[in-house]
Amino acid sequence: METSQVLLVFFGGLVPMAAVAFALGRRKALMSDASGSRMHSLPSQYGVYVATWMALPALAIGVVAAAAALFGLQVPSAPFVLSFALFGAAVGLMLAMRKVEPTLRARNAIEKFVYWTLFSASLVSILTTFGIIISILFEALKFFSQVSVWEFVTGTNWSPVATFRPGQETADSQFGSVPLFAGTFMITLVAMSVAIPVGLLSAIYMSEYASYRVRTLAKPVLEILAGIPTVVYGFFAAITVSPLVVEVADFFGLHASYTNALAPGMVMGIMIIPFISSLSDDVINSIPNSLREGAYALGSTKSETIKQIILPAAFPGIMAASLLGISRALGETMIVVMAAGLRPNLTWNPLEDMTTVTVRIVDALTGDQAFDSPETLAAFALGLVLFVVTLTLNLVSIIIIRKFRQSYE
Amino acid sequence: MSQGITLAPSRQLKKRYRAEKRFKAYCIAALLLALAFLVVFFSDMIRQGYSAFVQTEIKVDVTYNEDTVKFTNESVTEDVSPLISRAFYRTIPRQVEANPDLMNTTQTRWLTATAHVDQYRKGYSDRLDPELKATLDRLESEGRVSYGFNSGLFFSGDSKIPSNAGLWSAFVGSFYVMIVVLVVSFPIGVATAIYLEEFAPDNRFTQGIEININNLAAVPSILFGLLGLAIFINFFGVPRSSALAGGLTLSLMTLPVIIISTRAALKAVPQNIRQGAQAVGASRWQAIRDHVLPLSLPGILTGTIIGIAQAIGETAPLLLIGMIAYIPDAPTSMTEAATVLPAQIYTWSGMPEGAYVSLTAAGILVLLTLLITLNATAVILRNRFERRW
Repeated sequence: METSQVLLVFFGGLVPMAAVAFALGRRKALMSDASGSRMHSLPSQYGVYVATWMALPALAIGVVAAAAALFGLQVPSAPFVLSFALFGAAVGLMLAMRKVEPTLRARNAIEKFVYWTLFSASLVSILTTFGIIISILFEALKFFSQVSVWEFVTGTNWSPVATFRPGQETADSQFGSVPLFAGTFMITLVAMSVAIPVGLLSAIYMSEYASYRVRTLAKPVLEILAGIPTVVYGFFAAITVSPLVVEVADFFGLHASYTNALAPGMVMGIMIIPFISSLSDDVINSIPNSLREGAYALGSTKSETIKQIILPAAFPGIMAASLLGISRALGETMIVVMAAGLRPNLTWNPLEDMTTVTVRIVDALTGDQAFDSPETLAAFALGLVLFVVTLTLNLVSIIIIRKFRQSYE
Repeated sequence: MSQGITLAPSRQLKKRYRAEKRFKAYCIAALLLALAFLVVFFSDMIRQGYSAFVQTEIKVDVTYNEDTVKFTNESVTEDVSPLISRAFYRTIPRQVEANPDLMNTTQTRWLTATAHVDQYRKGYSDRLDPELKATLDRLESEGRVSYGFNSGLFFSGDSKIPSNAGLWSAFVGSFYVMIVVLVVSFPIGVATAIYLEEFAPDNRFTQGIEININNLAAVPSILFGLLGLAIFINFFGVPRSSALAGGLTLSLMTLPVIIISTRAALKAVPQNIRQGAQAVGASRWQAIRDHVLPLSLPGILTGTIIGIAQAIGETAPLLLIGMIAYIPDAPTSMTEAATVLPAQIYTWSGMPEGAYVSLTAAGILVLLTLLITLNATAVILRNRFERRW
């Protein structure tokens, strides 16, 4: 039987059975109530109780069988598993029915069941983080068993030789990651020098100067910038902004590459504006009015108040917003894949073509290389560094924001 | 000056007022710059993309007989033949099969021109064979050339022939991915939010989960692609490039969005509601199920729609799990190789032919329209049904 068929039979059987179990449990509770012995909970709660105890063993057997099959263990045939699950359901039903008595606190049992279901749902987010760590770490460790960490961290030459077959000779591959991080850093720098001033000044305008109407209009319009898919920004950077940069550079007698770092950097900066502005806006709004009024009372103008009172008070929050922005710029992929270069290039000139960590990850994993070739493994090593750096930035900024909120609440 | 106090501002005060004006001007300039970008961006996309919504069509006589079924480009006269898109010739045997009455007849039809002709007529390129130019001019003067709505852009799949390429398989792929994301991340996200907001004790473990969720919302999307590749595809054996693999990967990315907005919606329901329900004997779960959840539903749905919209626009993680395959026919199941709208846009943007530039921009316009519609729905939903306390 195919997987989809098995699933269909399994759930197609389980749902009507649960309905029957519900009816049985409810009927027994109703009869018991009618015969004069008052039940602890509502009749339908006994129904849910019985149905749950019937479904759980069957589900457990199904999950165990599926997991066993996944790990390549010997699993009995599908009909056998199905009938075994049915048997489990019958046993669960019988035991639960026997327990339906006036003293059974079905409501409390349901409450407990709901609690643990919700609790296990909340573990999924933790499992996701572990999943990311595990999936990156193992492959990265494999990479570092072939290439020394020192060479990876300090080497200035990144030239992996593509291998298409597992085990092919790769002695002349070089994995010095410095040029990749230099490129990432340069593009991030360009992005932040667009995003921080524009985002922060817009936030100041909207929270301190703008009328209510301008504010309610401008805020959602700015948010549109955050909703534009990155692939769209990438196309815009590659097709419109890059040629523009080349033309402008030409005008000044400079030479710019068509895959220069400036274009993706600027477009990325525009993308990050709303992140900076909306977070800074929140932070500035949470500064108590008494601080402003105090400054006005001493005779300072609005801009003096902002520069000397509000901004210093809001500094931790603005810092946190900028760190989140940097974290986003470091990990941004589509814009650089489409508009930045592929050549590792160690330079200070943003008009030259440069490549980034994310570009090399995509390049290594979308090609035809064998999965365990050093180049694909290198992608995971780069991913590990990216994860650690962004994690640190995110955590620092989350903690700063928490502390900041507490200090003004 | 009879009063003794000078009301005229001193030089220093004037300087301070000037600084004030300058600072305000900077702030306005920053905001205008951001808004101006939006205008430039949208007008650029429309300028590049609008022309792809129409296509050059040529009125020709198509002859169906034994020969033209085999040598399909002989079905129209020799001089016009190179002007017509290859995609039409391919369909001739199928047309005859579907409708045998066509055999040995001549039909007058409006046919899609090649991308070259189309690009030339739209003024994007001047590189057209002089002979073809002459033919085209002649046909034009006879009124046999015009623009028609490019329905293929919406209703046909990807193609290596630009005049035949469309978004249909990407629509279907995006739809499947959206279903997976909805089925996986909505229940888990809402359950997590209910746990954290209504049940969780305030201890280190709970704080850990909270910080973890906030961090996940900011983890670079490409790392979710690495997770999808290593865990879903290599470990669980989900087929590569499939809508299922893409959907599962994007579900994990959408989860924090749904959790955070659901928590905000639950928090907005005042404590009195819960206490009222519990005071008349409801258990904690009954109070949540019957009172808190219905009241916070608009907020939860708004957050879910915004999360889904984000997932639909996401590309980077999908590149790593192989969803940039060439998909001419729409997938019919979750486990078949599929592509999605942004991935299709990415694929087209890498094509060498000039015609794909306007196709890419047109695809972008379609995607943006879809996303703006979704987000507008979310906002309307919130404004209409949200209760303020």
